[in-house]
Amino acid sequence: MDYFLELLLGGLTRGSIYALIALGYTMVYGVLGLINFAHGEVYMIGAFVGLIVSGLLTVLGWPVLAIVAIATVCAMVYAAAYGFTIEKVAYQPLRHAPRLSPLISAIGMSIFLQNYVLLAQSSDFQAFPQLVPDFEFLEPYTHIILSSELVIILAGVVTLIVLFLLIKFTKIGKAMRAISQDRQMAMLLGVNVDNVISATFIIGSALAGLGGILVASHVGQINFYIGFIAGLKAFTAAVLGGIGSIPGAALGGLILGWTESFATGYVSSDYEDVFAFGLLVFILIFRPAGILGKVSSEKV
Amino acid sequence: MAEFKKSFIAALWFVILTFPFVAMKVDSFEKVVTWRWDNVLYMGVGCFFFSWLWRYLLQRKEFSKTEDKNKKSLFQQTLKDRLFSDPKVFRPVLIAAFCVAVIFPFLFSPYQTTIMTTALIYVVLGLGLNIVVGLAGLLDLGYVAFYAVGAYSYALFNYYYGWGFWSILPAGAILAAMFGVVLGVPVLRLRGDYLAIVTLGFGEIIRLILENWDEVTFGPQGIPNIPKPNFFGLEMDFQTTTLYMYFVVFVMTIFTIVVVRRLNNSRIGRAWIALREDEIACQAMGIDTTKTKLIAFGLGATWAGMMGVFFAAKNSFVNPHSFTFIQSAMILCIVVLGGMGSIVGAILAALILVLLPEYLRAFSEYRMLIFGGIMIIMMVFRPEGLISNVRRKYELHGGEKN
Repeated sequence: MDYFLELLLGGLTRGSIYALIALGYTMVYGVLGLINFAHGEVYMIGAFVGLIVSGLLTVLGWPVLAIVAIATVCAMVYAAAYGFTIEKVAYQPLRHAPRLSPLISAIGMSIFLQNYVLLAQSSDFQAFPQLVPDFEFLEPYTHIILSSELVIILAGVVTLIVLFLLIKFTKIGKAMRAISQDRQMAMLLGVNVDNVISATFIIGSALAGLGGILVASHVGQINFYIGFIAGLKAFTAAVLGGIGSIPGAALGGLILGWTESFATGYVSSDYEDVFAFGLLVFILIFRPAGILGKVSSEKV
Repeated sequence: MAEFKKSFIAALWFVILTFPFVAMKVDSFEKVVTWRWDNVLYMGVGCFFFSWLWRYLLQRKEFSKTEDKNKKSLFQQTLKDRLFSDPKVFRPVLIAAFCVAVIFPFLFSPYQTTIMTTALIYVVLGLGLNIVVGLAGLLDLGYVAFYAVGAYSYALFNYYYGWGFWSILPAGAILAAMFGVVLGVPVLRLRGDYLAIVTLGFGEIIRLILENWDEVTFGPQGIPNIPKPNFFGLEMDFQTTTLYMYFVVFVMTIFTIVVVRRLNNSRIGRAWIALREDEIACQAMGIDTTKTKLIAFGLGATWAGMMGVFFAAKNSFVNPHSFTFIQSAMILCIVVLGGMGSIVGAILAALILVLLPEYLRAFSEYRMLIFGGIMIIMMVFRPEGLISNVRRKYELHGGEKN
């Protein structure tokens, strides 16, 4: 039973992370109709900034709480800045190009960022300090859930609620929804499309950065390649739940997290990634629009 | 001055952006931070000039767009167009290229010949992916998976059943095509973006299976001692084998060029281009889009499978490490740099991307960075590639005479 609970909560943790990253994919897809392949790299950038900042502050001898707070903020700010820049460099000039062009420049951006971090930092795995302290009240349950896992789950839930409210009730959220319905019409009605798109990238990337630092401190090591697999899985989660839908990203993340957790726990851990992609192909065959997505045909 | 200010701001922004990465290096065990201020300086100066260049290129692109509209340059042929459309010009060039390729191994050392063989393998891979990405407009990011299928089918069939090179060549091709079709059926009904991500995932799955299925594939150690192809049972020394391998791949390249050229001008080739340009219009014209896509995907995979067999034979060793995403990215980069659907472009780009890092060793460290950069820059400034495909079009000649 403990083993089951452990897997259940492990799945929940994974699911929260996937949901955090998947939100970025889903938001960008909703607004631009584009898969931002470089999104996984933004997550990796967030983790690296967290590592560098926390390392620097540790050397300078700052108190732990300040390190955690500053590192997290820095990771989110830098991730947001990277997301913003990526959009300006690789996607904005291609707004009216054929579909294939932004997709290729996105994959190019992803390769570029990976190798930029590889060359600027290191190709080896780097140890990541444990930022989340061990909570005392969790002491009897450490075989089931770690404090870092608890933080990830909480962060996931809080972010989802905040984002949901943001999209539903604020002006920028309304503008995002308007653009995703009809960009041209939104422009005619006075929505500044470029600004809204930038805002989407900034919010999505900041969430990815948060995810990056949380996961890195949970796993304990990072390298330049972590964004690739995480991005792929988060994308799977987004498609699973129905791309373009925010509750869908959360649901997709959870399903994917549990699938992986139980499959690796009860079947085999060598093929962890294979299960995720198997699930993706399976979903695409039977319900291409995803669980919460709407089926719609493309119009001219 | 305004330009100066803009570049300065861009440089400042990028310096801030890259600062933690290029300036600091933290060792969390030793608790030391290494500062590298010189990198910051290079970054700033580099970004300053690069942003200037970037804006200049953007302006030129805008300018040429309006230029085209004003001048109606439809009837004016540039030098490049003439080179590819006038048989009097391109035939001698073609013959010269052929002659150079034939005498190449006799002029240079076996080492150079091996590099050239690799380059030719990439030419064929580029041409194969060109069918999928360039002609049909399907973004395949897991092309290397089919390459791996081909290479491992040679390695495994040879190891377990002792099959020879020539009997496995078609088998590997068919096997890869089958994988392509099986993967394509569920995905090709959907929009292109899904294909990109599923093929990406598929590429990873194949590599993971090769790495983890130890009993059959020997995992990460790979399979050594794969025999090279023989010539009617003739025994050959190292030098002749290298030579022989080169010519086999060379003939294969010629074969591929002919096939792709014929395909390009066929009914199915035009259907692919129509599909790439506008899927809905293509459907409205009565083309079965799923079938057309599937043929493109399967054919692309066939070529990858065949070249996989060649790769295994050339290296006489395979392991999963040769089939990572980097390979897919490189082949895609060949197609993008060369130009969508352009045969000459793909050949040129493959030669550039394989030979340059080989001869400029210092630059090989930055290879992947440059590949990524090329993809972005080409898409932003020159989406048609180095050498754009000559589009089939009906022209009303005689406009100039009147």
